[in-house]
Amino acid sequence: MKESKLCKIVKKTERVPGLFDMELYAPEAAREAVPGQFVHIMCPSFENIFLRRPISICDAKDDCLRIVFEVRGKGTYSLSRCQVGDEVDVLAPLGRGFEISRERYRRPLIVGGGIGIFPLYALAKQYQGSAEVFFGFRDQSRVVMEEEFRAVSKELTVMTDDGSNGNKGFATAPLEERLKAGEGDIIYACGPMPMLRIVKRLAEEYKVKAQVSLEQRMGCGIGACLTCSCETVFPGTWKYQRVCLNGPVFWADEVTLHD
Amino acid sequence: MINLKVKLAGVEFENPVMTASGTFGFGREYGEYFDLNELGAICVKGLTLEPREGNPPPRIAETPAGILNSVGLQNPGVKMFLKSELPQLKEVTRAKIIANMAGNTIEEYCEMASILSESSVDMLEMNISCPNVAHGGAAFGSNPDMVFEITSRVRAAAKKPLIVKLSPNVTDITEVALAAEQGGADALSLINTLLGMAIDIKTRRPILKRNVGGLSGPAVKPVAVRMVWQAANAVRIPVIGMGGIASWEDAVEFLLAGAKMVSVGCGMFREPALPVTVKNGIAAYMEKNNFQSVEELSGAVQVY
Repeated sequence: MKESKLCKIVKKTERVPGLFDMELYAPEAAREAVPGQFVHIMCPSFENIFLRRPISICDAKDDCLRIVFEVRGKGTYSLSRCQVGDEVDVLAPLGRGFEISRERYRRPLIVGGGIGIFPLYALAKQYQGSAEVFFGFRDQSRVVMEEEFRAVSKELTVMTDDGSNGNKGFATAPLEERLKAGEGDIIYACGPMPMLRIVKRLAEEYKVKAQVSLEQRMGCGIGACLTCSCETVFPGTWKYQRVCLNGPVFWADEVTLHD
Repeated sequence: MINLKVKLAGVEFENPVMTASGTFGFGREYGEYFDLNELGAICVKGLTLEPREGNPPPRIAETPAGILNSVGLQNPGVKMFLKSELPQLKEVTRAKIIANMAGNTIEEYCEMASILSESSVDMLEMNISCPNVAHGGAAFGSNPDMVFEITSRVRAAAKKPLIVKLSPNVTDITEVALAAEQGGADALSLINTLLGMAIDIKTRRPILKRNVGGLSGPAVKPVAVRMVWQAANAVRIPVIGMGGIASWEDAVEFLLAGAKMVSVGCGMFREPALPVTVKNGIAAYMEKNNFQSVEELSGAVQVY
């Protein structure tokens, strides 16, 4: 039987204001987890925070799950107030992760935007330096994990919306350049919806397979409550699927990305 | 040894704990978190005559001590349920199976009741209280005359015990409870969700795509306990209590208020194995307080 577990926080760092990097001691989940899966965490301290919070797994190693999250509301705020040594109640690993194959995909392209970059770290690591990575951030002050990603990628290109790091534009611009040059046999993407829509269009245009990781307001996290639905393509029609169970990673041609 | 068995409308349950429709799918997912034999009954996701995709997302919003949902009865339809869900569910559990039905018209409810009566489900639950659909749903459940009419017609079409699930979005719960009883309901279940709304003040838009949704969770529990108490005192048929159960203590409150059984719903979203905790907690409470049966505990509140 699966169960929720109390996991000790063994490491906590505030990377940039409001952005927390945490490691949770969870040996079984760390062994089982694949890149792209998520944890469903019960946020402590405030009794009236009812739901767990889904947070993507950034990395899994040495018996620990690493999560990086931004304080967005009271749930993530209460989690950010936890200290090393505190225990949090975790359901993990959940969901369908990325399809990874070093044999099938020799030239993977990874694209991430803002806080969408974190689940891409474990993914890039699995490709052992063969992946080209393209990131977009609002401005230089939000750029994080640059050195860590550079260490596990073939190449890392970082763009900013305002050009404050010298590269102005979206992450999808250099991605398209590489596709134009005939590079890439798969694209992996995680980030804001407009970025995912561009990735879906580029994948179709350049006939490259693509996987996108989606986000949706979630309830149970295990597929029972049907609240975190996303529209998916079905022959001649469409159907809602569950982001928590059928995703969060989908093939780009599976989803309409309308919502 | 504490006897947790309950008999309701001729059906015998191993214990008084069930799952609330719409929070448990068809049991597959939570079946990975606890043994479904721990449950007295499973009330499956609301079924409609035809398959339904439900409402566009976002379908859930967190509110203080609760959630708003507007799933909108997404389900594979009654025929697909009978073909691909029910046989598998029956195979993995001895818990009684309750089929929850939702219709657009009285005729649809009647048709579903007769289809499901030919199956191996143990009971039918008529959902006339869903706030998340344009037709049917709560529109049926808020008017006592309508409740009487739909209950009597579905009762005539059904060959299994019929539970009527009541909406809390009414002025006087006892009126609709009595109307359902007079219409021939074998049992009542309450409460369904309370109609609510949440607004994102940054975007100035509702969080739910359908603007409004049904409130559940600990926030509604006192309302639910009060309504169960009122309904249980007004009717002779058994009442199944639900609404915000997040602990075994909550469940005991409902039993004391007059419920014969309790349903655990969105509390499982926090604690997947909550129904088991609730069942064990009820047993321990009964033992400690010398209750020999659930029957004895039910309605044992000593009101002022």
